[in-house]
Amino acid sequence: MSNQNNLLAWIDARFPLTKMWNEHLAQYYAPKNFNFWYYFGSLALLVLVLQIVTGIFLTMQYKPYGALAFGSVEYIMRDVDWGWLIRYLHSTGASFFFIVVYLHMFRGMMYGSYQKPRELVWLFGMFIFLALMAEAFMGYLLPWGQMSYWGAQVIISLFGAIPVIGDDITLFIRGDYVISDATLNRFFALHVIAVPIILLALVVMHIIALHEVGSNNPDGVDIKKLKDENGVPLDGIPFHPYYSVKDIVGVAGFLIIFSLVVFFFPEMHGYFLEHANFVPANPFKTPEHIAPVWYFTPFYAILRAVPDKLLGVIAMFAAIVMLFLLPWFDRGKVRSIRYRSGAFKLILVIFVISFIGLGYLGALPPTVGRTWAARLFTLGYFGYFFALWFISKNENTKPVPERVTS
Amino acid sequence: MSSEGVDKSRRRFLTAATSVVGGVGVAFAAYPFLATWMPSAKAQSAGAPVEAGIGKMEPGQQLVVKWRGKPVWIVRRDEQMLSGLKKNEELDVLRDPMSDESIQPDYCKNEHRSIKPEYLIAIGICTHLGCSPTYRPELAPADLGPDWQGGFFCPCHGSKFDLAARVFKGVPAPTNLVIPPHKYLSDATVLIGEDDGEA
Repeated sequence: MSNQNNLLAWIDARFPLTKMWNEHLAQYYAPKNFNFWYYFGSLALLVLVLQIVTGIFLTMQYKPYGALAFGSVEYIMRDVDWGWLIRYLHSTGASFFFIVVYLHMFRGMMYGSYQKPRELVWLFGMFIFLALMAEAFMGYLLPWGQMSYWGAQVIISLFGAIPVIGDDITLFIRGDYVISDATLNRFFALHVIAVPIILLALVVMHIIALHEVGSNNPDGVDIKKLKDENGVPLDGIPFHPYYSVKDIVGVAGFLIIFSLVVFFFPEMHGYFLEHANFVPANPFKTPEHIAPVWYFTPFYAILRAVPDKLLGVIAMFAAIVMLFLLPWFDRGKVRSIRYRSGAFKLILVIFVISFIGLGYLGALPPTVGRTWAARLFTLGYFGYFFALWFISKNENTKPVPERVTS
Repeated sequence: MSSEGVDKSRRRFLTAATSVVGGVGVAFAAYPFLATWMPSAKAQSAGAPVEAGIGKMEPGQQLVVKWRGKPVWIVRRDEQMLSGLKKNEELDVLRDPMSDESIQPDYCKNEHRSIKPEYLIAIGICTHLGCSPTYRPELAPADLGPDWQGGFFCPCHGSKFDLAARVFKGVPAPTNLVIPPHKYLSDATVLIGEDDGEA
């Protein structure tokens, strides 16, 4: 026992191990009223680790070369012992990453977790979302199937809509006049090393910023206002062991659902792995119907809803910029949906319906009726931010309690 | 370190000057890294012109050849197809019928967008987001409407082009399909990717 203490003291004199343990776990006081929605942050971390570990093992078998890439993925699926499991964990993990992150973001919108003083927590989170989209997009090219190829063709062409320099930018990104081996190779490098490093750095900053200001909670009350004689918030409990143990329950629940998908529905009827991607990339034939993977479809539907090429691209990027600016669109002082006005609840419901509606339409081929529906939902999506700006100025809120409710 | 007797403006100037020189150095050092992303010499040489034999093409037939990794279409248009082009102009369904805003060599800036009216030669990449449209030569199919005179339909986002690769109104593609530089070496051979600046 004393040997152990001696070792710890030796380390602590040289590296702030105990200090960090206390600051971020044992003496990080989180509000005691976390509910179901607070699982998704730690689950996102879990999926990140899962993606990194499975990704490392996939790179040991995968060949980032145009002539070999498709075959090497099939080789992993058929000839490598348990290769199918590693690959399905990775491909299913990508979709679950977005499920978890979207729910995590929605939690933030519901409980006003982006409001002062957590603007930077939200911004770091949004940059994580951006990096995640880049990571997913570049990863999707690697199997070198038809959907990989044409999906990348469409997304890279988006940059061609930029006036004057657009064509040169697309040439620069592709490294060739078409998507080719050069594109595949650089996307591989970015997917396995560059973006993951950025992602990890952003996750660290997201957590440091969170622990600096402290976690929000479903009541949106500031637990740091009321502290006991030791300076511990009255409504706070140490993250470890209380929430570390609670999160393990969340992990167990998550892994049950995740395993169901990995083992029984890894393709998810063409939503997680699209059917056209089981055909090798063919630069001469676009598949009959191309759609991005489900997690991009809401933004893709916005792109298609606008009849002009440049404006469509601008609208799509604006949809993401809006989310970045959310802390400044919301002028309210009350954070949680529990104490906000009926108008707030209404626009949030419209936003969710619009987002899901766009996601649904973005996966389908366009028809006249669907395009008009997508325009309506696009209005609902952007309308949220502007309505929030107006509503939140003089909002008819309920009184917020002093302490968290149980 | 004592800050007494320090010439602050001199220190500020030196700090700024060092930062600027360092910044320029970083920019120069970044250039080679960014330059590796441009098409390599190998990729550029793959952009060499290609020859296509068109002597055995049937009227209405489409031939696809590869140039710079992109599909280039050659379509041999018959009389009916050529009159369909006129029909589209009369119906006023085209966004840029005179190809004023589209990319083509000057010698192809005409109503049939080609050197010889009989042959259409176009890059088969949609000007919207780069999909390859499908050849739909049939008249008035159910999905494209009774006024369809034959043309190309992009499955990705529904852009439509006529048999002179001219874009329709009300579709996402902004301009007509690109016509590559080309020249006829003989009646039966066409060279795609080079025109020596002549027609």
